[in-house]
Amino acid sequence: MKKYVLDLMVSSVEALSPKHVLIKLTDSKPLPEMTPGQFVEVRVDGSPSTFLRRPISINFVDRDSNELWLLVAAIGDGTRRLATLQKGDTLNCVLPLGNGFTMPSQPSQKVLLVGGGVGVAPLLYFGQQIKAAGGEPTFLLGARTAADLLELDLFKAVGRVFVTTEDGSEGERGFVTNHSVLTHERFDQISTCGPKPMMMAVARYAKAEGIECEVSLENKMACGVGACLCCVEKTTEGNVCVCKEGPVLNINKLSWQI
Amino acid sequence: MKNPVMTASGTFGYGLEFADFVPLEEIGGIIVKGTTLAPRQGNDYPRMAETPQGMLNCVGLQNKGVDYFCEHIYPQIKDIDTNMIVNVSGSSPEDYAECAARIDALDRIPAIELNISCPNVKDGGMAFGVTCEGAASVVKAVRQRYHKTLIVKLSPNVTSIADIARAVEAEGADSVSLINTLMGMAIDIERRKPLLSISTGGLSGPAVKPVALRMVWQVAKAVNIPVIGLGGISTATDAIEFFMAGATAIEIGTANFLDPAVTMKVRNGINEWLDNHGCKSVTEIVGALDV
Repeated sequence: MKKYVLDLMVSSVEALSPKHVLIKLTDSKPLPEMTPGQFVEVRVDGSPSTFLRRPISINFVDRDSNELWLLVAAIGDGTRRLATLQKGDTLNCVLPLGNGFTMPSQPSQKVLLVGGGVGVAPLLYFGQQIKAAGGEPTFLLGARTAADLLELDLFKAVGRVFVTTEDGSEGERGFVTNHSVLTHERFDQISTCGPKPMMMAVARYAKAEGIECEVSLENKMACGVGACLCCVEKTTEGNVCVCKEGPVLNINKLSWQI
Repeated sequence: MKNPVMTASGTFGYGLEFADFVPLEEIGGIIVKGTTLAPRQGNDYPRMAETPQGMLNCVGLQNKGVDYFCEHIYPQIKDIDTNMIVNVSGSSPEDYAECAARIDALDRIPAIELNISCPNVKDGGMAFGVTCEGAASVVKAVRQRYHKTLIVKLSPNVTSIADIARAVEAEGADSVSLINTLMGMAIDIERRKPLLSISTGGLSGPAVKPVALRMVWQVAKAVNIPVIGLGGISTATDAIEFFMAGATAIEIGTANFLDPAVTMKVRNGINEWLDNHGCKSVTEIVGALDV
């Protein structure tokens, strides 16, 4: 898939929580082809301590309004700076990067999309693509509290949604891997994105149940195109660049002890 | 060379990774990822830490070895119409020489850049580049087996880089490139642990530019062979500073990560500056520093 460097225009910035913003970007030309699970490297100007681009996963691509959505958690200097963007600003983006999630082979396949925290971001676009292909995705979304659950209404518009919160303020109390849906239903494919301990727990469940499972990794990266070899993950094929071979990888390829 | 703007090893892959962003044939030279005789897995993750106006890396020369390069990568890059140069590293003079000899046989590789300055591997690399004797021993061994243009990449982690440059010139190096990364470190104060897996790494980016420029100036005065300048170059102004300090060509490294099309911007910016100042070519400003 051809990669581009584009100055995209910010069409809106919406605070979803005290820590999270949804940035919508547009361009005068149609946005390039992008698949769910791919990411964008955004240039952050005016950040006091950061230097490199920030890799941000593609939250959604709205072809009708020609908008690319980025869901950003403001946790460091770079992402905090991104959160101050305003409508009309431009954001220099390198996109689309990496390999995305594998679409189910048949629309009838039962696909579970498990997200934690800001890791829910790529699952919205993936779920929408599954739905557009005639499938019915199921989401299992986890957060610390009800206030940290992001884009819940949007997920509900795409598929079935199950929720866990650590404090029990919404859905079942606990972690995603404790949710009762995992004991009541059987899925054919699981895709997950979120904190590494969560993804490892999901991968452990999938492996034990013999379910195909893909995880989206977020190793610290520099170039984004497989040139600098900084963001490597150990796999059955040796060290591979998460930015180029991933960020989505099948758990069978990883050397995780699960 | 079509123009004096090249890309630095380890920052531009094999060129192919940047083909969507830059017309590769319009770059003066592409120095591909460090290659060793045997395959290397490199160091453990994490290999990168961001620092003010720069970054540290400890990749550790991950590559699939020279045989893999010759069989699988060379066929993909041999028709890129510019100077495709291979960066060669090793852990003994014999290793370096054997690796260089295999690349000597490749028609479309006009030069190698000998990396005697990698700070991230225990066995060899920078160990050779920090003494005149070590540097000379590698260049001597390679010179016997390699017959095309031999560039030697120098380490800044030395007391007198000009002495090292003279030592490699005496053994038959055709050119020197400098600087490789400066050794540094960064600490996660909450965990009280280094941010890099092997504790230390090589610093690159705009933060190192003044050091690189000073060293290029010193080396250009010390040797008679062409000097290639690198270290934190991100703009045409940076590049022109290096020319004035005595570099005949430059390499762009870390800046490729911030702007994958930066090479063309620097090339165009250099041409514009030359036009505006009535210069016909870069050679007119090489070493033009008025001290």
